Amino acid sequence: MSIQSNETSIQTSATPLGRDDLARLVARDIAPGSFVNLGIGQPTLVSNYLTDDQDITLHTENGMLGMGPAADGDQIDGDLINAGKIPVTELPGASYFHHADSFAIMRGGHLDICVLGAFQVSATGDLANWHTGAPGAIPAVGGAMDLATGAKDVFVMMTLLTREGASKIVDTCTYPLTGVGCVTRVYTDKAVFLTGPEGVTVRETFGCTLEELQELVPVPLTAARAA
Amino acid sequence: MLNFVDTVADAVAGIKDGSTVMIGGFGNAGQPFELIDALLECGARDLTVVNNNAGQGDQGLALLIKEGRVKKMICSFPRQSDSWHFDAKYKAGEIELELVPQGNLAERIRAAGAGIGGFFTPTGYGTMLAEGKETRIIDGRGQVFETPIHADVALIKALKADGKGNLVYRKTARNFGPIMAAAAKRTIVQVSEVVPTGSLDPENVVTPGIYVNTVVRVAASESRTAGTNEKVA
Repeated sequence: MSIQSNETSIQTSATPLGRDDLARLVARDIAPGSFVNLGIGQPTLVSNYLTDDQDITLHTENGMLGMGPAADGDQIDGDLINAGKIPVTELPGASYFHHADSFAIMRGGHLDICVLGAFQVSATGDLANWHTGAPGAIPAVGGAMDLATGAKDVFVMMTLLTREGASKIVDTCTYPLTGVGCVTRVYTDKAVFLTGPEGVTVRETFGCTLEELQELVPVPLTAARAA
Repeated sequence: MLNFVDTVADAVAGIKDGSTVMIGGFGNAGQPFELIDALLECGARDLTVVNNNAGQGDQGLALLIKEGRVKKMICSFPRQSDSWHFDAKYKAGEIELELVPQGNLAERIRAAGAGIGGFFTPTGYGTMLAEGKETRIIDGRGQVFETPIHADVALIKALKADGKGNLVYRKTARNFGPIMAAAAKRTIVQVSEVVPTGSLDPENVVTPGIYVNTVVRVAASESRTAGTNEKVA
């Protein structure tokens, strides 16, 4: 990523970010020592970029802290899986607990960050990521509502636009909600957005200017003040 | 009264039509396949089944659903890449679904075992899964009233039981086992090993034997391997 020297620009990359670059960026933004839950799909990529120095502890909803990388070959053990039901490994210092304790860890506000995918995020941080509401679709929610409601910070990773070119950052979600006002940051291929009661600010853009980004997103955007 | 039986058929004997049955397991980890097979064999029907999922592939809970024994599923995540038996029954209108966020499912089961009459939780507030439920603002947060889920029977899998029915589990196969054991009137456990009383360190017992009614040994070598390498949502 090339950082532009123009001090009024928040564009930090000449091109949109790919999935791996985005995962690297999310990983970099996770504070050392954090307890983190990574959702199924794109968020799982973040684990590839967490460093030993960060000393991050990963939680999996099916009852474990200290989850290690995906299991391979002889490591595969049917009794040791993650939320996506993929065989994983345990790291030194891991712990196991039952489901009610695992969700108490979420609901009780003990997780620092969860990273989730999304269909839509509203200007005030409402999240829609579990159900399209389409007729005939079989609804399945899993732990999405618990994570969205419970973690101290909810990061979303998604492409900014649908395949049809519509913004997934919206004024009001049209898909069924997962949680109300829960999302704090949205990492997309084109920008990092901060969401909250005061609306949406943009921390940085990738491959576009703030003005160009505003053309794509139907809610007012302002540049976030540097922390 | 705790009893040890020799076969899974003896373990599930007496499960009546119309029972609410909790089945442990998250995906295949901790799923008591042999007990489910025996439940299928014993013929009980019109069952309400409580599990995180609604069966995968062509085994265990999926077969119970395929054979039309389940009238209602209470679960958090029925739709998977290989949940074809549930999908077919659901689309045909032949199975009822109560969809519950996973943490609410776990806490409702825990509440039943703990004698709690219900609880307010922020999970699900403002969503369609809270429609029709009582809500309150507590400490500035919207919360939804959820009720306990009791069961007639729990079928769970543990690693070891001792002669008092104390249980230890293995890794993430623990999942719903301890809370289901407490929430059911009758808890039936399949274990890989029965060990002499006194050989489990009391500090390490996860489920005290007070919650356990029936134990049957299904040696790990005879039990179907849990878990798959398949990626499912």
